[in-house]
Amino acid sequence: MSGFSPGNIGYAVRRQIADIGHAARLFFRLLTTLPESWRRFALVRDQIHFLGNYSLVIIAVSGLFVGFVFGLQGYYTLQRYGSSEALGLLVALSLVRELGPVVTALLFAGRAGTSLTAEIGLMKAGEQISVMEMMAVDPVLRVLAPRFWAGVITMPLLAAVFSAMGIIGGWVVGVLMIGVDSGSFWSQIQGGVDVWRDVGNGIVKSVVFGFTVTFVALLQGFEAQPTPEGVASATTRTVVVASLAVLALDFILTAMMFTI
Amino acid sequence: MQRSKNDVWVGLFVLIGAVAILFLALQSANLLSLNFQKTYAVTAKFDNVGGLKPKAAVRSAGVVVGRVEKIVFDDKSFQARVVLAMESRYTFPKDSSLKILTSGLLGEQYLGIEAGASEEVLAAGDTISSTQSAVVLESLISQFLYSKAADGAGPKAAD
Repeated sequence: MSGFSPGNIGYAVRRQIADIGHAARLFFRLLTTLPESWRRFALVRDQIHFLGNYSLVIIAVSGLFVGFVFGLQGYYTLQRYGSSEALGLLVALSLVRELGPVVTALLFAGRAGTSLTAEIGLMKAGEQISVMEMMAVDPVLRVLAPRFWAGVITMPLLAAVFSAMGIIGGWVVGVLMIGVDSGSFWSQIQGGVDVWRDVGNGIVKSVVFGFTVTFVALLQGFEAQPTPEGVASATTRTVVVASLAVLALDFILTAMMFTI
Repeated sequence: MQRSKNDVWVGLFVLIGAVAILFLALQSANLLSLNFQKTYAVTAKFDNVGGLKPKAAVRSAGVVVGRVEKIVFDDKSFQARVVLAMESRYTFPKDSSLKILTSGLLGEQYLGIEAGASEEVLAAGDTISSTQSAVVLESLISQFLYSKAADGAGPKAAD
């Protein structure tokens, strides 16, 4: 706080680069744990149970309501142009391509990412991580890896549930409540949605977001200051960093997948 | 590995996710319609294909009887060469004609095939010669404007 000096800038830059390097090393360390985690799948299974099953309800209900809203708003715009039959296509394409993966990732960061960060941060504050190291148990392998792979497996499944529920929600509002023809609703979807180009790319997106959100949550927990304030600010950072990373990555992935 | 109560719930969760992916693939994207029926290739040349895209349907009397395989530009005749994959179970006379049609006002474009009167049937590698190009809005409007101008000019010239 002694004011502006070249030394401060140098220190800040050096610290930033060191942080990035640290994060990258942890990421590649986690990638190499795949065979080990596969061998002890019971650990991963318990984490899938914790991350997946408990997130299922919030994801399904959110998807349903997003579908409802899309049905109403989409119909309002489309009926001006006399093409309310395209409602199904509008709902399905926007869910499968964008909203399914993105909103699921944001909800997943809020619902599961924060709990991962808080759990690992508190383990660190309670010196459980240090104890493991003392007993020659690798905390990355025992604590971080199962959570990482569980998040990567869970995310695409949740995104698919979100998109499917959203399409059903759009169908409920569009067909059952407003009265769009059910046949043309589905046939528009089937004519316009491609299995690989749309559904496949949506799944690829959600896998990438699974890596991103879970890794950010674990990194923030693992690097948290072992104090109550440290864990609190690490949890906040998880949501902020994960959400921004998901939105930025979504733009890059969309630009790569859907232009041409 | 010992079994635990979580196995059931995790299995259920994975099943729900798999069902959702299957729903997206089958109900939305209609994976089943990518049928693996035998097809025969027929080519046709169009002056203008408009917004026709590969995978667009070929319909006869509204029923899908084939798909557009690919669309390429032929720099010899300066026309678009469209390759169609017609389903083998349907045969059409050799002198059938093709039209580019639009489903609805803003819908996607598809090919309509109208049966001719010939005794011979289309076989793989045949070319359909009688085709009707897509309607291009700009040329329609310019035609309309020219005829309007001609109408306007006519009476004045007569005066």
